[in-house]
Amino acid sequence: MKLREVFTNGIFKENPVFKLVIGMCPTIAVTTAAINGIGMGLATTFVLICSNLVISLLKDFIPEKIRIPSYIVIIATFVTMVGMIMEAYLPELYDNLGIFIPLIVVNCIILARAETFASKNPPIPSMVDGLGIGLGFTLSLTILGSIREILGSGTWFNMQVMSDSYEPALIMILPAGAFITLGILTGLINRFTTKVD
Amino acid sequence: MEYLSKLILLFISSALINNIVLSKTLAICPFLGVSKRVDTALGMGMAVTFVIAISSVITYIVHYAILVLLGIEYMQVIAFILVIATLVQLIEMIIQKTSPTLYSALGVYLPLITTNCAVLGVAIMNIQENYDLIQTLVNGIGVSLGFTLAIVLFAGIRERLELSDIPAHLQGVPIALITAGLMSVAFMGFQGLIK
Repeated sequence: MKLREVFTNGIFKENPVFKLVIGMCPTIAVTTAAINGIGMGLATTFVLICSNLVISLLKDFIPEKIRIPSYIVIIATFVTMVGMIMEAYLPELYDNLGIFIPLIVVNCIILARAETFASKNPPIPSMVDGLGIGLGFTLSLTILGSIREILGSGTWFNMQVMSDSYEPALIMILPAGAFITLGILTGLINRFTTKVD
Repeated sequence: MEYLSKLILLFISSALINNIVLSKTLAICPFLGVSKRVDTALGMGMAVTFVIAISSVITYIVHYAILVLLGIEYMQVIAFILVIATLVQLIEMIIQKTSPTLYSALGVYLPLITTNCAVLGVAIMNIQENYDLIQTLVNGIGVSLGFTLAIVLFAGIRERLELSDIPAHLQGVPIALITAGLMSVAFMGFQGLIK
């Protein structure tokens, strides 16, 4: 597979949220605002690129039987780093994302890419795969966050976009709104992508 | 006596009011993945209950007896996930030996309990909320029974959905998500239970 295909694969064909339906916990939980979606997405992307690189480099040294615990320790190391960096430089975002920063460790996207891609491919494609999947995740989270923020708070990236007479729909920033929005979005995407067959 | 009523309130709040799936939005992956049939959902719920109850106690001990003592609290995530991964492996071996039917039903999802964010999430929350050992255990059991309740109810609805007439593009995951959304609205009704 060419690098470009590896890259776009993660954004469209294997979009983690809308196509593979993995990594749902942060997707539902943090997308109350667009900025949280981007923050979560980029943090995950960073962890994905680093863990894919390290796992790909170490794939010949990790014994088959204990590969999952080994991968998780590698991932946990990078998550701890992201947590510390965010706490130091982006304290507000760190507070908003809260417990979902340490929980990047158990985001199934990262372990799934380690298992299906990084453990079978050389370092450079693995990093590109991490970047593609990570950006696909970021994009999905930003779209979902934008819809929920606009309808639920009347703002977009903290800018007022709805007129003053708009009454924000509280349900959109509650978990229920996230489930329903994501369900409808996935349905719409199915509608436009499966038309061919 | 006051302590006991505090524990009961904690249990109700972690099982119903702050339901781990529908209100805290953790553990969505198994919630969507293993909820096609009621019996497998129940099996998954039991497995998760077992893992969370044991792991929340062990991570509590690891945190206060090792991490705090050595002053390396920043290693929390790495230490906790290692404990959980080991525990899950152990439980997988036990189920494989004692109940082959349950093992074949849960199949690939058992190793996935490691990446069930509820397990790590509860462990971290117990520390954040400064619970003592008993509160940790009660919270762990409450959370996981709440998870079991939600996933079994959801599986029941999904079994019915299989037989209903759903627009083609909403079949499968989309309608499941919308159903979960409506269940989440219903669970908001529990908020009045505790003042």
